[in-house]
Amino acid sequence: MSRPAPPAPAAHDPRRLLAAPGARAERRTLAGHRAGFGPTPYLGGPHRLTEAVQAAGLTGRGGACFPTARKLHAVAAASGRAVVVGNGAEGEPASSKDRVLLAEVPHLVLDGIQVAAEAVRARQAYLYLAGVPALVTVVRAALAERAAARTDLVPVELVPAPVRYLAGEESAVTARISGAAAKPRFTPPRVFERGVRGRPTLVQNVETLAHIALVARYGPAWFRALGTPDEPGTMLCTVSGAVARPTVVEVPVGTPLRDVLGAAGGGTGPLAAVLLGGYHGSWLAGAPAADLRLCNADLRPHGATVGSGVVVALPENVCGVVETARVARYLADQAAGQCGPCRNGLPLLADTLAALAGTVGTVRFGPHPLSRMIRGRVDQLTTLVDGRGACHHPDGTVRLVRSALRVFGPEIARHEHGDCVGRSAPGLLPVPPLPAGPDSWW
Amino acid sequence: MVTVADRIRVDPIACDGRGICAELLPELVGLDEWGFPLIDQRPVPPELAQHARRAVAACPTLALRLIADP
Repeated sequence: MSRPAPPAPAAHDPRRLLAAPGARAERRTLAGHRAGFGPTPYLGGPHRLTEAVQAAGLTGRGGACFPTARKLHAVAAASGRAVVVGNGAEGEPASSKDRVLLAEVPHLVLDGIQVAAEAVRARQAYLYLAGVPALVTVVRAALAERAAARTDLVPVELVPAPVRYLAGEESAVTARISGAAAKPRFTPPRVFERGVRGRPTLVQNVETLAHIALVARYGPAWFRALGTPDEPGTMLCTVSGAVARPTVVEVPVGTPLRDVLGAAGGGTGPLAAVLLGGYHGSWLAGAPAADLRLCNADLRPHGATVGSGVVVALPENVCGVVETARVARYLADQAAGQCGPCRNGLPLLADTLAALAGTVGTVRFGPHPLSRMIRGRVDQLTTLVDGRGACHHPDGTVRLVRSALRVFGPEIARHEHGDCVGRSAPGLLPVPPLPAGPDSWW
Repeated sequence: MVTVADRIRVDPIACDGRGICAELLPELVGLDEWGFPLIDQRPVPPELAQHARRAVAACPTLALRLIADP
Protein backbone atom coordinates (compact mmCIF):
# COMPACT_ATOMS: atom_id res chain seq x y z
CA MET A 1 0.00 0.00 0.00
CA SER A 2 2.85 2.39 0.63
CA ARG A 3 4.39 3.94 -2.42
CA PRO A 4 8.00 3.00 -3.20
CA ALA A 5 10.55 5.59 -2.09
CA PRO A 6 11.52 8.06 -4.79
CA PRO A 7 14.89 7.39 -6.40
CA ALA A 8 18.00 8.97 -4.90
CA PRO A 9 18.79 12.40 -6.28
CA ALA A 10 21.75 12.63 -8.64
CA ALA A 11 24.85 12.19 -6.49
CA HIS A 12 26.68 15.05 -8.20
CA ASP A 13 23.99 17.66 -7.71
CA PRO A 14 25.44 20.00 -5.08
CA ARG A 15 21.96 20.78 -3.80
CA ARG A 16 21.12 17.98 -1.45
CA LEU A 17 19.75 19.43 1.78
CA LEU A 18 18.20 22.21 -0.23
CA ALA A 19 17.37 20.01 -3.23
CA ALA A 20 13.72 19.21 -2.60
CA PRO A 21 11.53 20.06 -5.58
CA GLY A 22 8.25 21.90 -5.42
CA ALA A 23 7.04 24.98 -3.61
CA ARG A 24 8.34 25.67 -0.13
CA ALA A 25 4.92 25.47 1.48
CA GLU A 26 4.51 22.01 0.01
CA ARG A 27 7.99 20.80 1.00
CA ARG A 28 7.27 21.80 4.57
CA THR A 29 4.38 19.33 4.75
CA LEU A 30 5.01 15.71 5.60
CA ALA A 31 3.37 14.55 2.35
CA GLY A 32 5.45 16.95 0.25
CA HIS A 33 8.60 15.93 2.08
CA ARG A 34 7.94 12.24 1.49
CA ALA A 35 7.12 12.80 -2.15
CA GLY A 36 10.67 14.13 -2.54
CA PHE A 37 12.66 12.15 0.00
CA GLY A 38 10.55 9.09 0.83
CA PRO A 39 9.67 7.86 4.33
CA THR A 40 11.84 8.20 7.41
CA PRO A 41 14.81 5.91 6.67
CA TYR A 42 14.91 3.71 9.75
CA LEU A 43 17.65 1.16 9.33
CA GLY A 44 16.02 -1.54 11.42
CA GLY A 45 18.26 -1.53 14.45
CA PRO A 46 21.02 0.20 16.33
CA HIS A 47 24.60 0.51 15.03
CA ARG A 48 23.78 0.31 11.31
CA LEU A 49 23.49 4.06 11.10
CA THR A 50 26.78 4.49 12.94
CA GLU A 51 28.47 2.24 10.37
CA ALA A 52 26.94 4.11 7.45
CA VAL A 53 27.88 7.51 8.92
CA GLN A 54 31.38 6.24 9.63
CA ALA A 55 31.77 5.09 6.03
CA ALA A 56 30.34 8.39 4.80
CA GLY A 57 32.93 10.34 6.79
CA LEU A 58 30.35 12.87 7.97
CA THR A 59 31.60 15.46 10.47
CA GLY A 60 29.61 17.86 12.65
CA ARG A 61 28.41 20.98 10.82
CA GLY A 62 27.98 23.04 13.98
CA GLY A 63 31.55 24.31 13.96
CA ALA A 64 33.81 21.77 15.63
CA CYS A 65 33.92 19.34 12.67
CA PHE A 66 33.90 16.38 15.08
CA PRO A 67 33.40 12.96 13.42
CA THR A 68 29.69 12.22 13.75
CA ALA A 69 30.11 8.43 13.91
CA ARG A 70 32.39 8.75 16.95
CA LYS A 71 29.73 10.72 18.79
CA LEU A 72 27.04 8.20 17.82
CA HIS A 73 29.26 5.38 18.99
CA ALA A 74 30.18 7.07 22.28
CA VAL A 75 26.54 7.77 23.14
CA ALA A 76 25.44 4.26 22.22
CA ALA A 77 28.27 2.78 24.31
CA ALA A 78 27.65 4.92 27.42
CA SER A 79 25.60 3.38 30.19
CA GLY A 80 22.04 4.62 30.65
CA ARG A 81 19.14 5.43 28.34
CA ALA A 82 20.34 7.92 25.74
CA VAL A 83 18.78 11.24 24.74
CA VAL A 84 19.04 12.93 21.33
CA VAL A 85 19.18 16.70 20.91
CA GLY A 86 18.94 18.58 17.64
CA ASN A 87 20.90 21.77 18.19
CA GLY A 88 19.40 24.72 16.32
CA ALA A 89 20.48 27.44 18.74
CA GLU A 90 22.63 29.13 16.08
CA GLY A 91 24.00 31.78 18.43
CA GLU A 92 26.52 32.87 15.80
CA PRO A 93 25.31 36.33 14.68
CA ALA A 94 26.74 35.97 11.17
CA SER A 95 25.12 32.56 10.60
CA SER A 96 21.59 31.83 9.47
CA LYS A 97 22.03 28.46 7.76
CA ASP A 98 20.37 26.44 10.53
CA ARG A 99 17.29 28.66 10.49
CA VAL A 100 17.14 28.52 6.69
CA LEU A 101 17.48 24.73 6.75
CA LEU A 102 14.71 24.30 9.33
CA ALA A 103 12.45 26.67 7.46
CA GLU A 104 13.07 24.92 4.12
CA VAL A 105 13.11 21.23 5.10
CA PRO A 106 12.01 20.79 8.73
CA HIS A 107 11.12 17.16 8.12
CA LEU A 108 14.61 16.30 6.95
CA VAL A 109 16.00 17.46 10.30
CA LEU A 110 13.24 15.63 12.17
CA ASP A 111 13.98 12.45 10.15
CA GLY A 112 17.60 12.79 11.24
CA ILE A 113 16.56 13.03 14.89
CA GLN A 114 14.49 9.86 14.53
CA VAL A 115 17.12 7.71 12.84
CA ALA A 116 19.76 8.97 15.29
CA ALA A 117 17.44 8.05 18.16
CA GLU A 118 17.08 4.58 16.66
CA ALA A 119 20.88 4.27 16.43
CA VAL A 120 21.53 5.16 20.07
CA ARG A 121 18.31 3.57 21.38
CA ALA A 122 17.00 6.86 22.72
CA ARG A 123 13.44 7.22 23.96
CA GLN A 124 13.39 10.97 24.18
CA ALA A 125 14.53 13.68 21.84
CA TYR A 126 14.62 17.46 21.89
CA LEU A 127 14.87 20.16 19.31
CA TYR A 128 16.65 23.14 20.81
CA LEU A 129 15.73 26.19 18.84
CA ALA A 130 16.35 29.92 18.88
CA GLY A 131 12.95 31.46 19.41
CA VAL A 132 12.20 33.01 16.03
CA PRO A 133 8.38 32.93 16.17
CA ALA A 134 7.84 32.18 12.46
CA LEU A 135 10.32 29.31 12.59
CA VAL A 136 8.84 27.86 15.77
CA THR A 137 5.45 27.86 14.02
CA VAL A 138 6.88 25.89 11.07
CA VAL A 139 8.56 23.34 13.32
CA ARG A 140 5.52 22.96 15.56
CA ALA A 141 3.35 22.30 12.53
CA ALA A 142 5.83 19.69 11.28
CA LEU A 143 5.91 17.96 14.66
CA ALA A 144 2.11 17.95 14.87
CA GLU A 145 1.86 16.33 11.43
CA ARG A 146 4.30 13.62 12.42
CA ALA A 147 2.49 12.98 15.68
CA ALA A 148 -0.75 12.56 13.76
CA ALA A 149 0.91 10.20 11.27
CA ARG A 150 2.36 8.19 14.17
CA THR A 151 5.57 7.40 12.36
CA ASP A 152 8.10 8.70 14.85
CA LEU A 153 9.97 6.34 17.16
CA VAL A 154 10.47 8.91 19.90
CA PRO A 155 8.63 12.07 20.87
CA VAL A 156 10.44 15.34 20.12
CA GLU A 157 10.07 18.21 22.55
CA LEU A 158 10.75 21.76 21.43
CA VAL A 159 12.97 23.69 23.86
CA PRO A 160 13.62 27.39 23.27
CA ALA A 161 17.26 28.45 23.20
CA PRO A 162 18.15 31.82 24.69
CA VAL A 163 19.59 34.33 22.24
CA ARG A 164 23.15 34.14 23.57
CA TYR A 165 26.37 33.42 21.77
CA LEU A 166 27.17 30.46 24.02
CA ALA A 167 23.66 28.99 24.18
CA GLY A 168 24.56 26.37 21.57
CA GLU A 169 27.71 25.10 23.31
CA GLU A 170 26.84 21.48 23.91
CA SER A 171 27.10 21.43 27.70
CA ALA A 172 25.06 24.66 27.79
CA VAL A 173 22.48 22.95 25.60
CA THR A 174 22.07 19.98 27.93
CA ALA A 175 22.06 22.27 30.97
CA ARG A 176 19.20 24.31 29.50
CA ILE A 177 17.18 21.21 28.53
CA SER A 178 17.75 19.85 32.04
CA GLY A 179 16.13 23.00 33.41
CA ALA A 180 19.18 25.08 34.30
CA ALA A 181 20.71 28.19 32.77
CA ALA A 182 22.19 27.66 29.30
CA LYS A 183 25.78 28.11 30.49
CA PRO A 184 28.71 25.85 29.65
CA ARG A 185 29.91 23.55 32.38
CA PHE A 186 33.28 22.13 33.30
CA THR A 187 34.14 18.91 31.46
CA PRO A 188 34.65 15.98 31.79
CA PRO A 189 32.14 14.42 31.95
CA ARG A 190 31.31 15.23 28.36
CA VAL A 191 27.65 15.31 27.35
CA PHE A 192 27.91 11.97 25.55
CA GLU A 193 28.59 10.50 29.00
CA ARG A 194 26.32 12.69 31.11
CA GLY A 195 24.14 15.29 29.45
CA VAL A 196 20.39 15.88 29.73
CA ARG A 197 19.42 14.98 33.31
CA GLY A 198 22.63 12.97 33.62
CA ARG A 199 21.90 10.72 30.65
CA PRO A 200 24.24 10.02 27.73
CA THR A 201 23.25 12.68 25.20
CA LEU A 202 23.80 12.99 21.48
CA VAL A 203 23.92 16.71 20.71
CA GLN A 204 24.06 17.26 16.96
CA ASN A 205 23.74 20.42 14.95
CA VAL A 206 20.52 20.40 12.93
CA GLU A 207 22.41 20.44 9.63
CA THR A 208 24.39 17.37 10.72
CA LEU A 209 21.09 15.61 11.48
CA ALA A 210 19.76 16.45 8.03
CA HIS A 211 22.90 14.94 6.47
CA ILE A 212 22.39 11.86 8.68
CA ALA A 213 18.88 11.53 7.25
CA LEU A 214 20.33 11.57 3.72
CA VAL A 215 23.15 9.13 4.49
CA ALA A 216 20.59 6.73 6.00
CA ARG A 217 18.58 6.95 2.76
CA TYR A 218 21.15 6.99 0.01
CA GLY A 219 24.25 5.49 1.62
CA PRO A 220 27.89 6.47 2.15
CA ALA A 221 28.97 6.19 -1.48
CA TRP A 222 26.27 8.65 -2.57
CA PHE A 223 27.35 11.03 0.21
CA ARG A 224 31.00 10.80 -0.84
CA ALA A 225 30.29 11.62 -4.48
CA LEU A 226 30.77 15.27 -3.50
CA GLY A 227 33.33 16.93 -1.27
CA THR A 228 36.93 15.85 -0.86
CA PRO A 229 38.01 12.29 0.06
CA ASP A 230 39.03 13.49 3.53
CA GLU A 231 36.10 15.87 4.02
CA PRO A 232 33.19 14.44 2.07
CA GLY A 233 29.72 15.79 1.41
CA THR A 234 28.18 19.21 1.13
CA MET A 235 27.85 21.98 3.68
CA LEU A 236 25.70 25.02 4.17
CA CYS A 237 27.43 28.39 4.15
CA THR A 238 26.08 31.74 5.26
CA VAL A 239 27.75 34.22 2.92
CA SER A 240 27.44 37.87 3.88
CA GLY A 241 29.29 41.18 4.01
CA ALA A 242 30.48 42.81 0.81
CA VAL A 243 28.79 40.42 -1.62
CA ALA A 244 26.09 41.24 -4.13
CA ARG A 245 23.46 38.86 -2.70
CA PRO A 246 24.07 37.72 0.90
CA THR A 247 22.67 34.22 1.08
CA VAL A 248 22.79 30.68 2.45
CA VAL A 249 24.24 28.27 -0.10
CA GLU A 250 24.92 24.56 -0.13
CA VAL A 251 28.30 23.73 -1.61
CA PRO A 252 30.50 20.65 -1.74
CA VAL A 253 33.17 20.79 0.95
CA GLY A 254 36.35 21.84 -0.83
CA THR A 255 34.66 24.35 -3.14
CA PRO A 256 37.06 27.22 -3.90
CA LEU A 257 36.22 30.22 -1.74
CA ARG A 258 36.01 32.29 -4.93
CA ASP A 259 33.07 30.14 -6.05
CA VAL A 260 31.42 30.27 -2.62
CA LEU A 261 31.55 34.06 -2.82
CA GLY A 262 30.40 33.78 -6.42
CA ALA A 263 27.30 31.89 -5.31
CA ALA A 264 26.40 35.04 -3.36
CA GLY A 265 26.85 37.20 -6.43
CA GLY A 266 30.57 37.76 -5.85
CA GLY A 267 32.35 40.55 -4.01
CA THR A 268 30.99 44.06 -4.52
CA GLY A 269 34.59 45.19 -4.98
CA PRO A 270 38.11 44.15 -4.04
CA LEU A 271 38.07 42.34 -0.69
CA ALA A 272 40.46 43.24 2.12
CA ALA A 273 39.80 40.03 4.02
CA VAL A 274 37.38 37.18 4.61
CA LEU A 275 36.13 36.03 8.00
CA LEU A 276 35.71 32.27 8.11
CA GLY A 277 34.05 30.12 10.74
CA GLY A 278 32.27 32.82 12.71
CA TYR A 279 33.31 34.94 15.68
CA HIS A 280 35.45 32.14 17.07
CA GLY A 281 36.95 31.80 13.61
CA SER A 282 39.72 33.51 11.69
CA TRP A 283 40.38 36.34 9.28
CA LEU A 284 42.19 35.54 6.07
CA ALA A 285 43.66 38.14 3.74
CA GLY A 286 41.22 38.65 0.85
CA ALA A 287 43.13 38.04 -2.36
CA PRO A 288 45.00 34.88 -1.29
CA ALA A 289 41.89 33.52 0.48
CA ALA A 290 39.85 33.46 -2.73
CA ASP A 291 42.17 30.78 -4.12
CA LEU A 292 41.78 28.50 -1.11
CA ARG A 293 39.22 25.73 -1.03
CA LEU A 294 36.63 25.73 1.73
CA CYS A 295 37.94 22.65 3.52
CA ASN A 296 40.06 22.20 6.59
CA ALA A 297 42.96 20.72 4.59
CA ASP A 298 43.39 24.08 2.85
CA LEU A 299 42.34 26.32 5.73
CA ARG A 300 44.13 24.82 8.73
CA PRO A 301 47.62 25.80 7.50
CA HIS A 302 46.30 29.38 7.52
CA GLY A 303 44.93 29.10 11.04
CA ALA A 304 41.29 28.76 9.96
CA THR A 305 38.65 26.03 9.70
CA VAL A 306 35.36 25.74 7.85
CA GLY A 307 33.67 26.00 11.26
CA SER A 308 29.94 26.44 10.89
CA GLY A 309 30.18 27.75 7.33
CA VAL A 310 30.22 31.45 8.07
CA VAL A 311 31.85 33.46 5.28
CA VAL A 312 31.93 37.25 5.64
CA ALA A 313 33.56 39.38 2.96
CA LEU A 314 35.30 42.49 4.26
CA PRO A 315 35.55 45.28 1.66
CA GLU A 316 38.62 47.49 1.41
CA ASN A 317 36.84 50.49 2.90
CA VAL A 318 35.88 48.79 6.15
CA CYS A 319 38.55 48.53 8.84
CA GLY A 320 39.28 44.99 10.02
CA VAL A 321 40.81 46.27 13.26
CA VAL A 322 37.67 48.21 14.12
CA GLU A 323 35.51 45.21 13.19
CA THR A 324 37.58 42.89 15.35
CA ALA A 325 37.38 45.33 18.27
CA ARG A 326 33.59 45.46 17.91
CA VAL A 327 33.34 41.67 17.87
CA ALA A 328 35.76 41.32 20.79
CA ARG A 329 33.47 43.62 22.81
CA TYR A 330 30.47 41.55 21.81
CA LEU A 331 32.24 38.31 22.80
CA ALA A 332 33.30 39.79 26.14
CA ASP A 333 29.70 40.81 26.80
CA GLN A 334 28.49 37.35 25.81
CA ALA A 335 30.79 35.48 28.22
CA ALA A 336 29.01 33.42 30.84
CA GLY A 337 31.16 35.06 33.52
CA GLN A 338 31.79 31.79 35.30
CA CYS A 339 35.58 31.56 34.93
CA GLY A 340 37.94 34.16 36.35
CA PRO A 341 40.41 34.49 33.47
CA CYS A 342 37.62 34.91 30.90
CA ARG A 343 35.51 37.21 33.11
CA ASN A 344 38.49 39.47 33.79
CA GLY A 345 40.48 39.04 30.62
CA LEU A 346 37.93 39.41 27.80
CA PRO A 347 36.67 42.88 28.82
CA LEU A 348 40.27 44.08 29.12
CA LEU A 349 41.08 42.54 25.76
CA ALA A 350 38.08 44.33 24.24
CA ASP A 351 39.19 47.64 25.84
CA THR A 352 42.72 47.20 24.56
CA LEU A 353 41.55 46.36 21.04
CA ALA A 354 39.29 49.40 21.11
CA ALA A 355 42.37 51.48 21.88
CA LEU A 356 44.24 49.79 19.04
CA ALA A 357 41.31 50.48 16.73
CA GLY A 358 41.32 54.11 17.83
CA THR A 359 37.69 53.94 18.78
CA VAL A 360 38.33 55.23 22.28
CA GLY A 361 38.05 58.99 22.03
CA THR A 362 40.46 59.74 24.84
CA VAL A 363 43.36 57.82 23.36
CA ARG A 364 45.10 59.80 20.64
CA PHE A 365 48.31 58.32 19.51
CA GLY A 366 50.65 58.79 16.64
CA PRO A 367 53.81 56.77 16.03
CA HIS A 368 54.44 56.69 19.71
CA PRO A 369 55.67 54.16 22.30
CA LEU A 370 52.08 53.97 23.56
CA SER A 371 50.93 52.10 20.44
CA ARG A 372 53.66 49.53 20.98
CA MET A 373 52.51 49.12 24.57
CA ILE A 374 48.92 48.60 23.47
CA ARG A 375 49.97 45.99 20.94
CA GLY A 376 52.06 44.27 23.63
CA ARG A 377 49.11 44.27 25.99
CA VAL A 378 46.93 42.55 23.37
CA ASP A 379 49.56 39.81 23.06
CA GLN A 380 49.80 39.51 26.83
CA LEU A 381 46.04 39.24 27.36
CA THR A 382 45.52 36.69 24.60
CA THR A 383 48.21 34.49 26.14
CA LEU A 384 46.66 34.96 29.57
CA VAL A 385 43.11 33.84 28.69
CA ASP A 386 43.88 31.19 26.05
CA GLY A 387 42.73 27.75 27.20
CA ARG A 388 41.76 28.88 30.68
CA GLY A 389 37.98 28.63 30.57
CA ALA A 390 35.61 25.72 31.18
CA CYS A 391 34.53 26.10 27.56
CA HIS A 392 36.32 27.33 24.44
CA HIS A 393 34.99 30.88 24.56
CA PRO A 394 38.31 32.48 25.56
CA ASP A 395 40.22 30.26 23.09
CA GLY A 396 37.87 31.13 20.23
CA THR A 397 38.07 34.83 21.02
CA VAL A 398 41.86 34.61 21.07
CA ARG A 399 41.86 32.81 17.73
CA LEU A 400 39.91 35.65 16.12
CA VAL A 401 42.07 38.36 17.66
CA ARG A 402 45.35 36.69 16.71
CA SER A 403 44.15 36.23 13.14
CA ALA A 404 43.34 39.94 13.02
CA LEU A 405 46.86 40.78 14.20
CA ARG A 406 48.27 38.57 11.43
CA VAL A 407 46.04 39.83 8.64
CA PHE A 408 45.62 43.50 9.51
CA GLY A 409 49.26 44.37 10.28
CA PRO A 410 49.41 47.19 7.71
CA GLU A 411 46.12 48.58 8.97
CA ILE A 412 47.37 48.53 12.57
CA ALA A 413 50.41 50.49 11.40
CA ARG A 414 48.06 52.98 9.74
CA HIS A 415 46.22 53.38 13.02
CA GLU A 416 49.49 54.10 14.79
CA HIS A 417 49.77 57.12 12.53
CA GLY A 418 46.27 58.25 13.33
CA ASP A 419 44.71 56.97 10.11
CA CYS A 420 42.11 54.31 9.29
CA VAL A 421 40.68 52.95 6.03
CA GLY A 422 37.20 52.83 7.44
CA ARG A 423 36.75 56.36 8.73
CA SER A 424 33.23 56.76 7.41
CA ALA A 425 32.13 53.14 7.12
CA PRO A 426 29.48 51.86 9.51
CA GLY A 427 30.01 48.54 11.31
CA LEU A 428 29.84 45.51 9.03
CA LEU A 429 29.67 42.52 11.35
CA PRO A 430 26.43 42.12 13.28
CA VAL A 431 26.78 42.51 17.04
CA PRO A 432 23.31 42.05 18.53
CA PRO A 433 22.69 43.81 21.84
CA LEU A 434 22.49 41.74 24.99
CA PRO A 435 18.98 40.60 25.81
CA ALA A 436 17.59 42.62 28.69
CA GLY A 437 16.89 41.18 32.10
CA PRO A 438 18.55 38.72 34.42
CA ASP A 439 16.79 35.74 32.82
CA SER A 440 18.60 36.01 29.51
CA TRP A 441 20.21 32.61 30.02
CA TRP A 442 16.87 30.80 29.92
CA MET B 1 56.67 -0.16 41.87
CA VAL B 2 54.60 1.61 39.26
CA THR B 3 54.09 5.29 39.83
CA VAL B 4 51.15 7.03 38.24
CA ALA B 5 51.99 10.51 37.06
CA ASP B 6 49.31 13.04 37.92
CA ARG B 7 48.62 16.40 36.42
CA ILE B 8 47.01 19.29 38.19
CA ARG B 9 43.80 20.63 36.75
CA VAL B 10 41.62 23.44 37.94
CA ASP B 11 37.87 23.65 37.47
CA PRO B 12 37.76 27.30 36.39
CA ILE B 13 34.06 27.61 37.21
CA ALA B 14 34.54 26.47 40.80
CA CYS B 15 37.75 28.47 41.26
CA ASP B 16 37.34 31.69 43.20
CA GLY B 17 40.94 32.80 43.01
CA ARG B 18 41.69 32.45 46.73
CA GLY B 19 45.28 31.63 45.88
CA ILE B 20 45.91 28.99 48.53
CA CYS B 21 47.17 26.55 45.89
CA ALA B 22 49.86 29.02 44.83
CA GLU B 23 50.94 29.41 48.46
CA LEU B 24 51.14 25.70 49.10
CA LEU B 25 52.58 24.68 45.75
CA PRO B 26 54.52 27.60 44.29
CA GLU B 27 56.66 25.19 42.26
CA LEU B 28 53.68 24.32 40.04
CA VAL B 29 51.10 27.04 40.59
CA GLY B 30 51.48 30.73 39.87
CA LEU B 31 48.83 33.43 39.90
CA ASP B 32 47.73 35.65 37.04
CA GLU B 33 47.17 39.37 37.43
CA TRP B 34 43.65 38.75 38.77
CA GLY B 35 44.72 36.12 41.30
CA PHE B 36 43.62 33.04 39.37
CA PRO B 37 45.96 30.05 39.23
CA LEU B 38 48.32 29.45 36.33
CA ILE B 39 49.02 25.74 36.43
CA ASP B 40 52.17 24.01 35.26
CA GLN B 41 50.66 21.42 32.91
CA ARG B 42 53.52 18.95 33.14
CA PRO B 43 53.15 15.76 35.21
CA VAL B 44 53.67 16.37 38.92
CA PRO B 45 57.20 15.26 39.81
CA PRO B 46 57.28 12.54 42.53
CA GLU B 47 59.00 14.79 45.06
CA LEU B 48 56.08 17.25 44.85
CA ALA B 49 53.29 14.67 44.90
CA GLN B 50 52.67 15.07 48.63
CA HIS B 51 52.56 18.86 48.36
CA ALA B 52 50.22 18.62 45.37
CA ARG B 53 47.80 16.43 47.31
CA ARG B 54 47.91 18.88 50.20
CA ALA B 55 47.12 21.80 47.89
CA VAL B 56 44.19 19.89 46.36
CA ALA B 57 42.82 19.10 49.80
CA ALA B 58 43.22 22.71 50.95
CA CYS B 59 41.29 24.31 48.08
CA PRO B 60 38.25 25.92 49.73
CA THR B 61 36.10 25.63 46.58
CA LEU B 62 37.28 22.12 45.65
CA ALA B 63 38.39 23.53 42.31
CA LEU B 64 41.82 21.93 42.26
CA ARG B 65 42.09 18.35 41.02
CA LEU B 66 44.76 15.76 40.44
CA ILE B 67 44.02 13.91 37.22
CA ALA B 68 45.77 10.63 36.55
CA ASP B 69 47.69 10.86 33.31
CA PRO B 70 46.25 8.52 30.73
